[in-house]
Amino acid sequence: MKLSDFMVGKAIVPKLKSQERDAVITELVDSLVQAGCVPAAHKKEITQKIIEREKQGSTGIGKGIAVPHIKHPSVKQIVGTIGCSKEGVDFASLDKAPVYSVLLLISPPNNPDRHLEAMESLFSHLQREMFRKFLRQAETREEIEDLLQEADESQNNNRL
Amino acid sequence: MPSTQDSHYLEREVEIRNPDGLHMRPAMQIVDCASRFRARISICKNTQCVDGKSIMQVTMLAATQGTKLKLIAEGEDAPQAIEALALLIQNEKFDIG
Repeated sequence: MKLSDFMVGKAIVPKLKSQERDAVITELVDSLVQAGCVPAAHKKEITQKIIEREKQGSTGIGKGIAVPHIKHPSVKQIVGTIGCSKEGVDFASLDKAPVYSVLLLISPPNNPDRHLEAMESLFSHLQREMFRKFLRQAETREEIEDLLQEADESQNNNRL
Repeated sequence: MPSTQDSHYLEREVEIRNPDGLHMRPAMQIVDCASRFRARISICKNTQCVDGKSIMQVTMLAATQGTKLKLIAEGEDAPQAIEALALLIQNEKFDIG
C-alpha cells in the first residue's frame, strides 16, 4: 500500500501548536475534520478514543515517532495525517524520549487486514533513518507531501 | 544449522490466530516478550526476517490472521524464549481473542 492511499495531504500539520499529548491528538483529529475526512459529529468521540488507547499503551515507539491510531465506524477508508513538533511532545514513549513526528491513523473496523497493510507501509518508511530525519526537519506541508511522494516512488522502484 | 556448545539455535513455526492479526499492540507484546531473553530472536514471514526485539520491524511484518511465521531464537536461553513466544502468539493469542 502507498502512503498516498491513506495519508491526507491537506490535513498535515507541519508545526503543531501544542507540546502536550492529548492536545496534539485533538489538533490532528481536528485537522482531519477540517479536511473533510472525519465527520465533525464524531470528532470528540474519536479524539477521546485515541487518548484512551494511548493511555492503555503508548504508541510512542521510540526514535521520536508516535503512531496513535484507532478503528472507528465513521470512516469508510483509512485516513491518516502527520503532525510535526520542533520542541518535542511527551508521549510516554518506550525510550522515554520526546516525540517529534506524530502519525495518526483512523481505520474502519471491518477490515483489519487493510489496517495492517497501512501500518506495514508506514513502518517500512519510518524504520529508515533518512525518512525520519527529513520528516523531522520539514518546515512546511509541501515538504512533507514531497517526502511522502518520494517515499512512495522509491518503494515502487524497489519492487520493479 | 550448527550450534556451538553453549548456544542453541531453535526454529518453530507458529500461526497468527487472532482475527485482527499482528497489529501494533500484539507486536509490542512480542517485543516485550522477546526482550526478556538474551537470545537473538528473528521472526520470519516467508523470506522476510525481522528482529523480534524491534517494534518497527515486527509491525512491518503485517501478519494477518492465518499467517504462518517462523520464530528463530539463538542463544543460551533460546528454548525458553521460543516457548514463551509460541505461547503468547498461538495459545494466549495476545489475550485479545
